[in-house]
Amino acid sequence: MLKDLQKAIVKSQVWKSIFRVGIPTDNRKRAMAMLGNVVLHLHPIKVKKSGLRMSYTWCMGGTAFFLFLVETITGVLLMFYYRPTVEYAYFDMVDLREVAAFGVMREMHRWGAHAMVIAVWLHMFRVFMTGSYKPPREFNWNVGVILLVLTLLLSFTGYLLPWDQLAIWAITVGSNMARATPLLGHEGPGASFLQLGGTQLVHVGSDARFGLIAGRTIGGGTLIRFYVLHCVAIPLAAAFLIAVHFWRVRRDGGISGPV
Amino acid sequence: MSDEPEQESTAGETPPARAEAAATQASGTKPSDDVTRRGFFSWAAVAWVGFTAAVGGCVSAWGRFMFPNVLYEPPTTFKVGKPADFAPGVVDTRFVEDNGVWIVNEEGRLYALIAICTHLGCPPNWLEAQNKFKCPCHGSGYYKNGINFEGPTPRPLERAAIAIDPSDGQVVVDKARKFLWEQGQWEDPAAYIEVA
Repeated sequence: MLKDLQKAIVKSQVWKSIFRVGIPTDNRKRAMAMLGNVVLHLHPIKVKKSGLRMSYTWCMGGTAFFLFLVETITGVLLMFYYRPTVEYAYFDMVDLREVAAFGVMREMHRWGAHAMVIAVWLHMFRVFMTGSYKPPREFNWNVGVILLVLTLLLSFTGYLLPWDQLAIWAITVGSNMARATPLLGHEGPGASFLQLGGTQLVHVGSDARFGLIAGRTIGGGTLIRFYVLHCVAIPLAAAFLIAVHFWRVRRDGGISGPV
Repeated sequence: MSDEPEQESTAGETPPARAEAAATQASGTKPSDDVTRRGFFSWAAVAWVGFTAAVGGCVSAWGRFMFPNVLYEPPTTFKVGKPADFAPGVVDTRFVEDNGVWIVNEEGRLYALIAICTHLGCPPNWLEAQNKFKCPCHGSGYYKNGINFEGPTPRPLERAAIAIDPSDGQVVVDKARKFLWEQGQWEDPAAYIEVA
């Protein structure tokens, strides 16, 4: 009777509209099933056995990606309670820790961020030590460096969001560096070069630092700006570059094994 | 371009032969055709230029968007009372919390020290008992007049523009104008008020 039920389901229109092809029965059909599916095609059909050798690959790239997913999921969950205003930011963070059920996800997000930075550096080190940056992989190395910078920027923007003493002063010091940008920072070399009829174009209220922190000092404008960068802008850029990074690895024959 | 009567070329309009061939290929005309003034700018080139201009315009607009016009910060210009309110030799800390300046009356001059450590930007504290400003972050120390003498700070505290408002005789401080000792600006008349 169970077989009749199964047959009825599999022949139904609902089922056939979702699963257009039956279970693959040979290798060609298996390959086609992977390639033809939007979710499955993200994985390679086959993986070289040498790609599983963790003593060689360290699996740090995979770990970094896994942590990116952890950060995304915990981050989205935190967004349901955290409000990026000077009145609420710190207290919402404390409430997540003390009051919200499974609020340990705030801690997971923080530790995951530290772990991801470590994983990314170790991945970079491993790629360097195994020579996996040499042709034809030079471009992917550069994509990886940009991803490293984006990871560090995610850490930088996220650091401000708890809005505690550590956050405010760390970002004050960090963003003060932008004052000294050549041409675009109001205390940097060449700032007075950009003038319009005697009026300074680059001053404390219009230089690169001003655009970064949306104000002359760290304040509410900075908080919301860093929040949007941290939750939307940089993750989107990182997701796109991760896709490019993975595609390049696949195109060059999968994770590099021994020569 | 609309129909133009064929004229003798003016202002060096005649393109060299190689560009002529390239232009005809770009505009899709037969290689044997001459490049006319109409065909020089193919519609595709105009379209691309237009597209680039539109994208460039949008990116510029988004860039300008990112610089706020309105700030929710305390005003940089504020009044702090009459000159007589500040006794000689005293560092007034009443305006540090809300406005970020100390008003100091010393050696016949009234001046405003900006309460930002010149090392990395923390607000120092005035230690009355030890007669010095001390930064809690990395230990930078300054004398009452703002000169640095200990810790990692490379230069003295900055002074703000200070003047007397003629309408009511009150002292007005403008933090937007800063005076740096290492550039000799403390002698600028706008950096202090002469008091008895």
